[in-house]
Amino acid sequence: MRGKVWKYGDHVNTDLIIPGRYLDDYDPKNLAKHAMEDIDPGFAKKVAFGDIIVAGRNFGCGSSREQAPVALKGAGVGAVVAGSFARIFYRNAINIGLPVIECPEAFGEFKTGDVALINIDKGIIVNEATGKSIRFEPMPEFLRDILKNGGLVRYTKEKLHR
Amino acid sequence: MAAMTFAEKVLTRASGRTVVPGDIVNAKIDLAMSHENAALVLRSFQEIGAEHVWDRDKIVLLFDHRVPANTTKSAEGHKVVREFVKKEKITNFYDLREGICHQVLPEKGHVMPGMLIVGSDSHTTTYGAFGAFSTGIGATEMASVWATGELWLKVPQTMRLRLNGVLHKAVEPKDVILFLIGQLKADGADYMSVEFTGPIVDEMSVSGRMVLSNMSMEMGAKNGVCFPDKKTMDYLERRVKRAMYPVLSDKEAHIAEEREFNLTDMEPQVACPPQVDNVKPVSEVAGKTIDQAVIGSCTNGRLEDLMAAEAVLRGKKVSDSVRLIIVPASREVYLDAADKGILSSLVRSGAVVTNPGCGPCLGAHQGVLAPGERCISTTNRNFQGRMGSPESEVYLASPATVAASALEGKIADPREVRR
Repeated sequence: MRGKVWKYGDHVNTDLIIPGRYLDDYDPKNLAKHAMEDIDPGFAKKVAFGDIIVAGRNFGCGSSREQAPVALKGAGVGAVVAGSFARIFYRNAINIGLPVIECPEAFGEFKTGDVALINIDKGIIVNEATGKSIRFEPMPEFLRDILKNGGLVRYTKEKLHR
Repeated sequence: MAAMTFAEKVLTRASGRTVVPGDIVNAKIDLAMSHENAALVLRSFQEIGAEHVWDRDKIVLLFDHRVPANTTKSAEGHKVVREFVKKEKITNFYDLREGICHQVLPEKGHVMPGMLIVGSDSHTTTYGAFGAFSTGIGATEMASVWATGELWLKVPQTMRLRLNGVLHKAVEPKDVILFLIGQLKADGADYMSVEFTGPIVDEMSVSGRMVLSNMSMEMGAKNGVCFPDKKTMDYLERRVKRAMYPVLSDKEAHIAEEREFNLTDMEPQVACPPQVDNVKPVSEVAGKTIDQAVIGSCTNGRLEDLMAAEAVLRGKKVSDSVRLIIVPASREVYLDAADKGILSSLVRSGAVVTNPGCGPCLGAHQGVLAPGERCISTTNRNFQGRMGSPESEVYLASPATVAASALEGKIADPREVRR
């Protein structure tokens, strides 16, 4: 996984990721248009497919709205790397197939515009601009399985029909 | 068997194996709640391709976020869910009639001590006030619960908060939880099972404990429990028709983090924008002018809250420059407040009373803010753009503080305004 970095601070909440006023619409394409709108106007237009968000502590705090990771994924975001995640956002992201990586060290090593190379299974992030390589604790295998299935829907489907 | 915490006991029962913190278990769910986002759950449920829901008696559905429907899209969402309820013969469906999920579930007798409850709403932690282990989840995993009745959960460590002292008369449960969030910060209890204990919790009403459990998630808690006592059981026995068995932490159980606070001298608290943990004593923010005041939500829309506001406003008039919006949390609260003359008194003071529901809390309708406007509210979040324009501001406070501020036209200390 490789992409350009967009960097944000601590406590990026779900109202910033996708404001409540847009939640009557469940279409990922429409949600994506408003991703990060109140924290970074124009984000949806600037971001390219596979780009990576690097943020500080408690990313995704607030509401249980699954539209938050859906909007990011719909806008093209390939992964979110943060110091820590709020628990429901973390679950939602994995369940809809958006890789989330807990790595406190990454925050100090990246700036917006750098290119990050991530190996999820091995737990390594490399900053191509600086050459610096950072390790993180890979997530439990069973969560990686859900991600590899593209999310919980296909995972549950297989479980039901096994 | 080794001594266990409340969380370990509930998850041991629900998963059928002895658990320790850090274990990831597949747990059987006792109750699954969804509101409007049931429409989103339904999409994933249909994609999964399960024939029927796992148990039509264990799902509770209702609408509260956008009632009556505020946009055509909301109306379509409601319609899709109504059709699904009919097709699947979901036993417990309240449509838009009853009010906010977190108030309605206990009122209707769905919540019991020791249950494992999940809801596709972050404030599902509220049912911890009745000794349930309850937590918020996302829509897709709720679809998986509908299909299988099970969910993966990580067994949490436990944080115990012991609250000592005696609260000042004008200090309310909301002030207590805001103070704690200010101390522990928005991620201070991330992933943890929080236990609220001590004399202040013992003294608190069931309604007040719901405020603590409700907002425990604003410091990252997975669940926030107040252990059942006589008050809890009195509330529940009027509503639950089954035998109940409270679950408590063992005395010797391992508590990962224990904190103690003496709140005797604590003054009313206010959470300033743009984060819930940006908490200050009211004296530090008093005097800021406001355009709107809101009393309601799953945090503070109960009878006790409306009564606290009415006690401040009785016989007086809200400032001409302030819109005071009152949103009773449920139909039961609405009727009780009407019967007691609370609603008429509030309306005479200049308040606008809406139908039960989430109201303007999440910025969908019923009082959204224009750029440059400031609101003080009893709701639970003050993030940028939460209640409307990204250039508006929301301050969070207790019903008494919000009512006092509505009177004055600026943020005010209820201890000074009362009587």
